[in-house]
Amino acid sequence: MRSVHALAATVLSLLAISEIAHAGEKQGGIFRIYHRDSPGSASIHEEATYSTNVPFMPVFNNLVIYKQDVAQNSLDSIVPDLAESWSWSGDKKTLSFKLRQGVKWHDGKPFTSADVKCTFDMLMGKSQQKFRKNPRKSWYDEVADVTTSGDFEVAFNLKRPQPALLALLASGYTPIYSCHVSPAQMRTHPIGTGPFKFVEFKANESIKLVRNPDYWKKGFPHLDGIEFTIIANRSTAILGFVSGKFDMTFPTEVSIPLLKDVKNQAPNAVCVVEPNNVSTNIIVNSSSPPFDSLDIRRALALALDRKAFVNILFEGQADIGGTMLPAPAGLWAMPKEMLETIPGYGPDVNANREEARKLMQKAGYGPDKHLAVKVSTRNIPIYRDPAVILIDQLKSIYIDADLDVVETANWFSKVARKDYALGLNLTGNAVDDPDQSFYENYSCKSERNYTNYCNAEIEKMFDVQSQETDVEKRKKLVWEIDKKIQEDVARPIILHSRTGTCWHPYVKGVTVMVNSSYNGYRYEDVWLDK
Amino acid sequence: MFAYIVRRLVLMLVTLFGISVIIFVLLRIVPGNIVDILFAAAGYVDQADKANLERELGLDQPIVVQYLQWIGGMLRGDLGYSYVSEKPALDEILPRIPITARLAGLALLFSASMGIPLGVISAVKQGTRLDYFLRVVSLSGLSLPSFWLGLLILMASVAMFGTMPIFNPNPKTWTEALAIYCVPALAVGFRSAALTMRITRSSMLEVLRQDYIRTARAKGASEQSVNFHHALKNAILPVITVIGIEAAFLIGGLIVTETVFNIPGVARFLVEAIRWRDYPIVQNLVMLIAVVVVLANFTVDMLYAALDPRIRYTD
Repeated sequence: MRSVHALAATVLSLLAISEIAHAGEKQGGIFRIYHRDSPGSASIHEEATYSTNVPFMPVFNNLVIYKQDVAQNSLDSIVPDLAESWSWSGDKKTLSFKLRQGVKWHDGKPFTSADVKCTFDMLMGKSQQKFRKNPRKSWYDEVADVTTSGDFEVAFNLKRPQPALLALLASGYTPIYSCHVSPAQMRTHPIGTGPFKFVEFKANESIKLVRNPDYWKKGFPHLDGIEFTIIANRSTAILGFVSGKFDMTFPTEVSIPLLKDVKNQAPNAVCVVEPNNVSTNIIVNSSSPPFDSLDIRRALALALDRKAFVNILFEGQADIGGTMLPAPAGLWAMPKEMLETIPGYGPDVNANREEARKLMQKAGYGPDKHLAVKVSTRNIPIYRDPAVILIDQLKSIYIDADLDVVETANWFSKVARKDYALGLNLTGNAVDDPDQSFYENYSCKSERNYTNYCNAEIEKMFDVQSQETDVEKRKKLVWEIDKKIQEDVARPIILHSRTGTCWHPYVKGVTVMVNSSYNGYRYEDVWLDK
Repeated sequence: MFAYIVRRLVLMLVTLFGISVIIFVLLRIVPGNIVDILFAAAGYVDQADKANLERELGLDQPIVVQYLQWIGGMLRGDLGYSYVSEKPALDEILPRIPITARLAGLALLFSASMGIPLGVISAVKQGTRLDYFLRVVSLSGLSLPSFWLGLLILMASVAMFGTMPIFNPNPKTWTEALAIYCVPALAVGFRSAALTMRITRSSMLEVLRQDYIRTARAKGASEQSVNFHHALKNAILPVITVIGIEAAFLIGGLIVTETVFNIPGVARFLVEAIRWRDYPIVQNLVMLIAVVVVLANFTVDMLYAALDPRIRYTD
């Protein structure tokens, strides 16, 4: 009995604390953020950059969402959003959602299960209305169809079990669109159910959102609105933040060297440096000489001094790992001792390079006969800078590489044509889950598998891990796959970057997510203490 | 005179036609189009989706058809739709013109109002410390890139006043309204003022050595009258030419200044449109700039006759 009383007292005091905390949250104010560039459109489903997610995620809701005040995205941090609850069928092939009632779109029309079906039918290419671009169509490869039962129940019927589907649905990349708003309108004037309504998007100038007074989550959002000022020049943007014109920098956009400037000029600013689940990697054209030779690919992997990349580019603040984001931020990365058994990851760089030179000599190259190649990359500093370091490191194994700088407009068509030998590439992962990373980047049929790496044995392992419901068992499978991919030198991962975000101390309720830079921008619980 | 003006107007039309062809062809020669860029931004290439989008935007049409559609539309006042924002190109371009015009006008005003008097002073005081100082100032103006100067101004502004004059469409005070245009105009006009100063100085030095200046002095004219009434009036022609050319070239300087001060003007918009291969925006904006340049040249030529009675345009 005493314990029941104690429990009741604890619950009551927790509730009281929660009320006090809630009461302390001030209402009102415009949250001012600078935006790094002008997004291609306002349609999250049609874009593949967080330049679109950051300003437009507050306009929408998902079925489920990663809890916005938990920094690490995981299956445990997924909470209901437009869905009130979800359940898996016994055979794990049906994921059912009970939907929230009384939710209205920003134009006043009611939200129903038909909207959910419309959204996923469009994503799967099954509807009359089409997206101009559909970069994440492959996320739903295992979904046979989406069915509704009445206005407030919807079910995803899968071809095979895929527990990670829930993780994909919780991403900032998976908002629910309305049936009655065309994809074209979503690109220019999005209508959502979210905490903020779209006001205007002036290309290269600004994006404005205003509080949705009819938001279904009572008491939210705290802000009257959000204004994004598009400032392409980073120096101007940072100066704007320092001078107080902006409340927060663009999320995860402050580089490590710039962070020092910010802290010097605005010592009170709150700055955090977190991994953003973006890897710097090398795409290797293994379909033509010289990198069709596994020996030369292995020599390439052995030549890499990853610590040098980390020190030069990130002043030591980046992580070394395989495909999956390293721990502690990442959930699926193999342990360090396992990683170090992969060629090129061992701590002794000189010994690695000695081995690499032997492999090169075996392939017919040596001090008197260097291999001439081009390292192609996009004409953007974050691509170009590591490419230059790579070229320098390749010299140590008889490879003379030239930098081939390619304009962004021509990059993907060049890669798709396989018109490159080596490419320096950056890969952002929206969800820290092997299903997203493996299928998107390494599956035989994926459009984003730039190297066309295709290994039937690995492909089978992808499916096995994808269906595994026991997280610990799945982790072990994922480690094996990741190790094998690295050993095949499909797309050597150089590093996983970390970046900074700063805000002024009066900004409260901001959480920078540590294993994805695509999912944490709902901003409904952000408030300004001024 | 009338026949000359008509001939110039016809020549202007021919020039603009030539420019329209060059712009159109050059844009299509540059590798990659909007569809490539849209898919590059999406991180994948789907040939079927690409073909659909090219058809939707009319990029699958032969280049001659595309050109005729553009020119036909322009003659009807229809500039097409921006490929990126999907809004009418006219709606995108029009609001930005006054912003850039204000900035360019202020920069030119700054250039003339600083460059001409200081150039005269420098010439009149040739060989003095003041002349040396002004020559150093003018050389600095020519040497300092405007983006660097702009950033320095912003940094100084933040350090000294805790604020910075970047663009705000709704300024709260008149001082803010003044600052958001005057400070960038100062940054971009400084180089132009320096050039004007140097041209004024050298032109003045040449005129001041003429016999009629000596005669004016001998007749007892005051120094002010000699310098500004007799000398400057005759020395101003090359200065007007330079200011005319500067007006045309200012757009180049405005690109960086608009970027640094985050001004949503025509120049920065043009750069972004080129980056996205937003043909309707680029074509129409470049044509607009071409019209401004051609008109500026025409105005300068007409001003010659007004300023120098010896110049007469005969038929």
